[in-house]
Amino acid sequence: MVKKIYFQSIFFSFFFIKESFAAESGGMPQLNPEFWVSQIFWLILTFGIMYLVLSKLILPKISNNLESRKSQILENIEAAEKQREDSDAKLKEYDEIISKSKLEANSIFNQAREKALKDIGAKREVLDEQIDNEIAEAEKEIDALRKNAPDKINKIAIETSSELLQKLIGAEVNNSSISAIVDDLSKRNGDKYYGN
Amino acid sequence: MAANPMSQFDVYRIGPEIKVGAFDISFTNASLFMILSTVSILLIFNIGSKKNSILPNKIQLLAELSYTFVSKMISDTAGSKAKPYFAFIFSLFMFVLFCNMFGMIPYTFTVTSHIIVTFVLAAFIFIGVTVIGFIKHGFGYLKLFVPSGVPAVLLPLIVVIEIISYLSRPISLSVRLFANMMAGHTMMKVFGGFVISLGVVGGWLPLSFSVALTGLEILVAFLQAYVFAILTCIYLNDALNLHH
Repeated sequence: MVKKIYFQSIFFSFFFIKESFAAESGGMPQLNPEFWVSQIFWLILTFGIMYLVLSKLILPKISNNLESRKSQILENIEAAEKQREDSDAKLKEYDEIISKSKLEANSIFNQAREKALKDIGAKREVLDEQIDNEIAEAEKEIDALRKNAPDKINKIAIETSSELLQKLIGAEVNNSSISAIVDDLSKRNGDKYYGN
Repeated sequence: MAANPMSQFDVYRIGPEIKVGAFDISFTNASLFMILSTVSILLIFNIGSKKNSILPNKIQLLAELSYTFVSKMISDTAGSKAKPYFAFIFSLFMFVLFCNMFGMIPYTFTVTSHIIVTFVLAAFIFIGVTVIGFIKHGFGYLKLFVPSGVPAVLLPLIVVIEIISYLSRPISLSVRLFANMMAGHTMMKVFGGFVISLGVVGGWLPLSFSVALTGLEILVAFLQAYVFAILTCIYLNDALNLHH
């Protein structure tokens, strides 16, 4: 019911609106030529001034701004590219330097090692020679001692035996005869004592 | 009263009557809104072009986006030869756009809803394009009316149709803009009138229509300015690059 009244009121109000429009309607103001000349005059004036100001002053500035921004951006991109290339080159250089210095360090190390080894070898040779010499000398000395030892022993034996005989017998015995006996004994037993 | 949806298109004098000879060039509400539109265009684009920063602020961005938008529209439709006419088409587009948009504010006057205004613009474009065509191609411009690849029997008919369509360009151009603006504003006024007459009970339906129509009309205001400018570009293209 309420709905019906609502739509009826809408429907009737359309009639009233139509009537009021019909009463006041005086056709299209656009077709009234009273102000046509005025409109044409003001249109030409305002549009003309706007066109002149835009085309002479404002639009060139905007296009200038756009161009300069474009060129600046391009420049910046170029500069960035260049810097990247530079840094790439520097990185390469740096890598090269590092690898080079590594090689150098290696070679220096090797050289030092070789030198040290050489030094050690030379010193060892010298020492070996010295040792050999000393050994040879000692052997010589030993040999000499060994050679002299039987004579000394013989001498001691002769003196001792002559003194013994003198004390035992009380008579002077000829040294030469004792030495002949000692020589004979030592020749017979020498191998036993010296092991030669 | 304001209930008449056509009363919004009334032109009335503001200030005294100015007469030059037999012509009445009084300052009217139409003149006021023409001046408002042009002044706001000049103001916005002047501020937008003043500072040249790499990162543009909002107004600069607005100015530069409009510039590139119109510039792209021209180069897409009329090619690179149309570059000298860029300033004119830019002004035309901005003028129509701002007049249309000013009309969307309540209690304002829509300059472009008057046939005489749109017709003067369209006639100027028509005459200008025709003059450019004859300057560029001499009488060869008349080849525009003789499309290639048409059988000889049909040729007289086609030529007549082409001439009529060419001559009707200013009319179609001006009536399209004027009729769109007038119809849209009339419709909005009618729905607004319904809201008042139906009151609190029944007014909600036309009110919602009115809201939707406002959005639609803003779209139409932009679209008609765009259509006006792009048709100008197409006519200019015919005159500059004659290949039919």
